[in-house]
Amino acid sequence: MQNSNGFNNYLRQQKRNKYTVILIQTLILLGSIVLWEVLARLGMINTFLVSSPSAIFTLFMKYLQDGSIFTHVGISVWETVLGFVIGTTLGILIAILLWLSETLAKIADPFLVVLNALPKTALAPILIVWVGPGIKGIIVIAITISLVTTILSAYNYFINVEEDKIKMLKSFGATKYQILTKLILPSNIGNIINITKINIGLSWVGVIVGEFLVSRYGIGYLIVYGGQVFRLDLVMMGVVVLAICAMLMYQMVNLIEKWYNAKNNSSKL
Amino acid sequence: MQPIIELIDVSKSFYTNEGEIVVLKNLNLTLEKGKVLGILGPSGSGKSTILNILTNLLKPTSGELIVNGKIGYMFQKDNLLEWRTIKDNIMIGLEIQKKITTEAVEKIDRLLKVYDLWDFRNRFPRELSGGMRQRVALIRTLATDPDILLLDEPFSALDYQTRLIVSDDIYKIIKQENKDAILVSHDISEIIAMSDTIAVLSKRPATIKNTYQIELTVDGERTPLTSRNAPEFKNYFDKLWKELEIYAK
Repeated sequence: MQNSNGFNNYLRQQKRNKYTVILIQTLILLGSIVLWEVLARLGMINTFLVSSPSAIFTLFMKYLQDGSIFTHVGISVWETVLGFVIGTTLGILIAILLWLSETLAKIADPFLVVLNALPKTALAPILIVWVGPGIKGIIVIAITISLVTTILSAYNYFINVEEDKIKMLKSFGATKYQILTKLILPSNIGNIINITKINIGLSWVGVIVGEFLVSRYGIGYLIVYGGQVFRLDLVMMGVVVLAICAMLMYQMVNLIEKWYNAKNNSSKL
Repeated sequence: MQPIIELIDVSKSFYTNEGEIVVLKNLNLTLEKGKVLGILGPSGSGKSTILNILTNLLKPTSGELIVNGKIGYMFQKDNLLEWRTIKDNIMIGLEIQKKITTEAVEKIDRLLKVYDLWDFRNRFPRELSGGMRQRVALIRTLATDPDILLLDEPFSALDYQTRLIVSDDIYKIIKQENKDAILVSHDISEIIAMSDTIAVLSKRPATIKNTYQIELTVDGERTPLTSRNAPEFKNYFDKLWKELEIYAK
């Protein structure tokens, strides 16, 4: 079918708007890096406090050449992945238990609410003492941060599944377990993906806090070490690397979500 | 006539922290073989409570319940699961009862073909119209081979035109598949068009206030659409209207 002129114009306009936005975003990013570098070279800002893009890049190349950046990134990423995978899985399992037993949910409610309101990073020092320093302690911190919100939001999603649909399954004689596997879980896959996305961010918080406290490897270690010895190029590099890692991980879950949506929106004919 | 379902002196109370609410009081109902029983009542009169007692979702506080046969429940909303194809939606009852056999699947295929859903068997619910979805919901109920169908305001979520067509469809399916049915509704013309007997509920606590045998003179086969043209239709409508009007005051 031939598109009308008006529609073609509309599409063109949409495309142009999209490109304009990307162009301006790139300009802002490049512009501020250039401005930063120029100001640093002209001595108008104190490089001791803010470092400079070229210094950060040089340092990054150094870490890249001796390969130590891979150790740091690898360890942090590993801790984060374990943190959110365990945190999300465990949280959903507990939410399922609460869904299975209303009494249990009522008993747990005040505890969960208090734990949820408490900033979990406050528990980090205790956890380190209990679990021990090193990767184990850091992963436990990461899990703790995402666990309670996962339980609360997953449980909330579970109990908000349409009552009528549950009744429909019950009219066929469904057991509670069947209602769980045939209705509650499948209807909440989109929500579980969303919880996972949030947990990636939370898990990074846990890992970085943990590495600040006790660690000799990882991006958090680089940042806190750089800060202690006033090497701002090291701190900045750590932050940039962290931003890139977090973004890549988030994008990966985005791809999974897209794949899930695409699969769900196409009928098998 | 042999009764398929009998409720004898059934009462049901709900308890809340505010006190006791008596919803049904000494209710007597009979469904005969091959018939459609309509239950008409104002909203909040306990119609759904009766159906929930029949399907064992609720226990009566007192009274006796006799059900000779298997019950299938059809809801106001189609309650199709969006992530399942039409055929998988229809299979869910069998899946739950772990009764998926080649015979059962063949029966579903037959139903899909007879009721014009075969071409849509691999589509998802959102690709179907409201009327088609409701037909899928009925076939889902029929797939588990019930003897008695309970229809809980099954058309009220549809627009008026679709509603007339779908109620015609569903009525024909019930008759063709040889099922007995209880239809619950607050829609007077719909319930006259579909039922052989109509029981009118009183206000809460509900008892049966009056029972009407619906006898209509129609040319040819009786369907909800031809019933609406029967000369007696208006009379029944007026009588039932008066029964309900009392509550409006």
